[in-house]
Amino acid sequence: MAANETTAAAMTSPRDSEAIAARDRAAEYLVSRHRYRWAEALPWLACIAVFFLFPDRLTFGSQVLVMVLFALSLDLILGYAGIVTLGHAAFFGIGAYTVGLGAAKFGWTEPVSGLFAAFVVASIAGFITGWFLLRYRGLTLLMLTLATAIMMQEAGNLRSDLSGGYDGLPGLVFDPLLGRFDYDLYGHTNYVYALVVLAVVFYFVRRIVYSPFGQALTGIRENVRRMHAIGSPVHWRLVTVYTIAAGIAGIAGALFTQTNAYVTLTVFDFENSAKVMVMLILGGTGRLYGAFLGAAVYMVLEDYFSKLSPTFWQFGIGLLLVLAVLFARRGVLGLFEQAGAYFGKDKNLDKNLDKNKGTKP
Amino acid sequence: MTAALQVQNLNRSFGALNVTRDVTMSLERGARCALIGPNGAGKTTLVNLITGVLKPSSGTVLLNGVDITTSSQATRARGGLARTFQINQLFRGLSVLENICMAIGERDGENSNMWRSAGAKRSVIDEALDHLDSLRLVDDALRLVRELPYGRQRLVEIAIALAQKPRVLLLDEPAAGVPSSESHLILDVVANLDPDIAVLIIEHDMDVVFRFAREIIVLVQGAVFTQGTPKEIMSNEDVRAVYLGQEGHDAVQRGGGHV
Amino acid sequence: MPQFAIIAVSILFDGLAYAMFLFITSVGLSVTMGLMGFVNLAHGAFAMAGGYIVVSLTRNLGIGFAPSLAIAAVVVGAVSVIFERGLYRRLYKATDLEQVLLTIGLAFMAIATATYLYGPIPKSVPLPTWLQGDISLGFRAFPTYRAFLIVLGIVLISVLWYAFEKTNIGAKIRAAVDNRRMAESVGINVDLLFTLTFALGSGLAALGGGLAIQLFGLSPSFAVLYLVLFLIVVAVGGLGSLKGTLLAALVIGVIDTGGKYLYAEAGGFFIYAITVIVLLIKPAGFYGRE
Repeated sequence: MAANETTAAAMTSPRDSEAIAARDRAAEYLVSRHRYRWAEALPWLACIAVFFLFPDRLTFGSQVLVMVLFALSLDLILGYAGIVTLGHAAFFGIGAYTVGLGAAKFGWTEPVSGLFAAFVVASIAGFITGWFLLRYRGLTLLMLTLATAIMMQEAGNLRSDLSGGYDGLPGLVFDPLLGRFDYDLYGHTNYVYALVVLAVVFYFVRRIVYSPFGQALTGIRENVRRMHAIGSPVHWRLVTVYTIAAGIAGIAGALFTQTNAYVTLTVFDFENSAKVMVMLILGGTGRLYGAFLGAAVYMVLEDYFSKLSPTFWQFGIGLLLVLAVLFARRGVLGLFEQAGAYFGKDKNLDKNLDKNKGTKP
Repeated sequence: MTAALQVQNLNRSFGALNVTRDVTMSLERGARCALIGPNGAGKTTLVNLITGVLKPSSGTVLLNGVDITTSSQATRARGGLARTFQINQLFRGLSVLENICMAIGERDGENSNMWRSAGAKRSVIDEALDHLDSLRLVDDALRLVRELPYGRQRLVEIAIALAQKPRVLLLDEPAAGVPSSESHLILDVVANLDPDIAVLIIEHDMDVVFRFAREIIVLVQGAVFTQGTPKEIMSNEDVRAVYLGQEGHDAVQRGGGHV
Repeated sequence: MPQFAIIAVSILFDGLAYAMFLFITSVGLSVTMGLMGFVNLAHGAFAMAGGYIVVSLTRNLGIGFAPSLAIAAVVVGAVSVIFERGLYRRLYKATDLEQVLLTIGLAFMAIATATYLYGPIPKSVPLPTWLQGDISLGFRAFPTYRAFLIVLGIVLISVLWYAFEKTNIGAKIRAAVDNRRMAESVGINVDLLFTLTFALGSGLAALGGGLAIQLFGLSPSFAVLYLVLFLIVVAVGGLGSLKGTLLAALVIGVIDTGGKYLYAEAGGFFIYAITVIVLLIKPAGFYGRE
């Protein structure tokens, strides 16, 4: 029956060239959407430029890259799938402690395999908690994710013989990267290491986002009732992406431990969960590069202002959040796009970008 | 031959309130059945029970002879059951084309793929365009759903359900909220549905019901009041008394509007 | 009296006092969340503001503790109306995420302001003599302040109970929590009702903040630290349910106190575990609507 319909439509409808052209335009948009654009090189070029321009700030630079990675993992679940969580730091912390404990207690000091271990352990944690928690929405989900993260922190505190408690595990020593590159004082190695890890993970995340699976996540965010009705295994989809995002947050946490050479239980803090969310929101959710911009802007501002006055910084970030919610719901990237549209640049480009992100109605 | 959809002794209560009472009905392949009844008769609840949004308190639902009473919504949908909603449930921030591709992707299991890019399968896009074509929506393919006028959105609502290639289609007031100047577009689509699909339509407009349906089920207070051909229903005094009210036959003749 | 009984009584007593603080502070949050579905993470900031007002009134102006509590509750309640009308109202129909972000932003600003004005060091209040010392019940002496807290809590619960169950406004609130659209269609002005309950809830939170100073000390981080507890009480109790909030406050208060008596190293582990278990079994809390 359906074959019928298809052929019938194909025979009768594209009568003239105009109709065919309309079809082609529509198809072309979908086909070309995932292609790399020139503008996408900019953040990466900026990262490379930083390496040469600020050689004495690379330790800070690698911290920024770690937070970009963390924010990217949150973007997958918050920006694309629409899962609001207040406990994403749980997975960052698990990753951080996987390599921390590995190095301190088991002599597992090889860094790259440590990242894999962190990915696996955090993914397992993400799968288990996600399977239970992702049936819920709204306040219940907020509270469950929040409570899960704090429970992990409390559990870590209970076994402070292992975790080092809030004093942490200081002075961790990791093997030279790939057996060759030592961690120099100015963090050159760390920076390049973090950048390469970020690039690799970014490639995977980008593929996921532009895949049919990524589309399905967007569908869940846009209208979960319809997704159920068209046969989508919604819970399974959410658990899958939650598991992946947890794993990536784990990698970010592991990088954090490795580049700092220490870790404390504060990685599980609610503040850490809130901070990464704020970064992502400021940059713009559901758009890949929002994580870049948000984390970088936040970290640089924090670094600058909190040296001047931490109180002032805290007030400023609060004000920024309030303003963002009231006036810039699509983050800094969204503002750029609006500005671009306002000054009459390529209208279509703006429209297409708009299509990719999909604000809540 | 097994019926496309069979509902047996279905009950559902919310607390002390029985919203569905012992409903038994079936749709043969290619059926054109209208479900009518006064507001609050439990029509949408019945659709929700059939599609699995709600779980019945008791009773069974069979889809092509298979018991789906405890199946998830997704399983039912993949088994060939599709529905539209009384109030639009669309992906408002996505383009019309993407809305349709979403349904095709879920139907074919494509949407589990994390590696291929969403636009790489031209066959999916072409099929989606064919669906849009048959509903005269191609020109709107790249527009965001939320930018469309309401009447067109109602068409997208149907297009998504059709893209599922259903064997049983439940239409919950497809023309609801659409100005009468545009509703004929939607009703034409309904009238020209694939003759193999079993269709159940909830509709208040008696003109539409009598034009479209070969069979009518009257639901009153959650129970099947009576069922029969349009002719039988029209001449049924009880139906007129209970459902059509004082105006009786006149309302039927006038095409009633929202009763 | 055997040792374990003394411990049990102590846990119950302290837990009860703690529960009263939780109830007084959280009940407004529960009702406003139930009414509007608004996730208000700035609720702890209202409590903190009440606490600091009490500190200023008692320390700088020499006003008594009890009148200071009342003034703080009224002032914060009144000021909260400005926030509700000016900011919150715009976001009733927004997503959870937007509400979370706006109110976290407000909480951050409040913490920063408090740090600027009062510094990061915890503050205390001078208590009047009638609240100092202990009350002896024969087998054991109990701190007078905690006994006061329990009595005050019981009085407030009774008043709220009466207002909620027996008065016209209470009936309207219950109707609106139950089914907002229906309530509006029968002519209840839900917006106004919400403003009133919001002010009352914020005022009670301020009262709770003032009462908390003697228990935990007051520092700017109060706004976030205890917010998590208030949210847990609300979520576990069920949105908009007075009964649920009370039950949850009792459960959390007693269990947290017991945990700290018997197994201090575990910190807050028990209450979070209880929260997770309750919510997994009853996602809408004890008395929430599913």
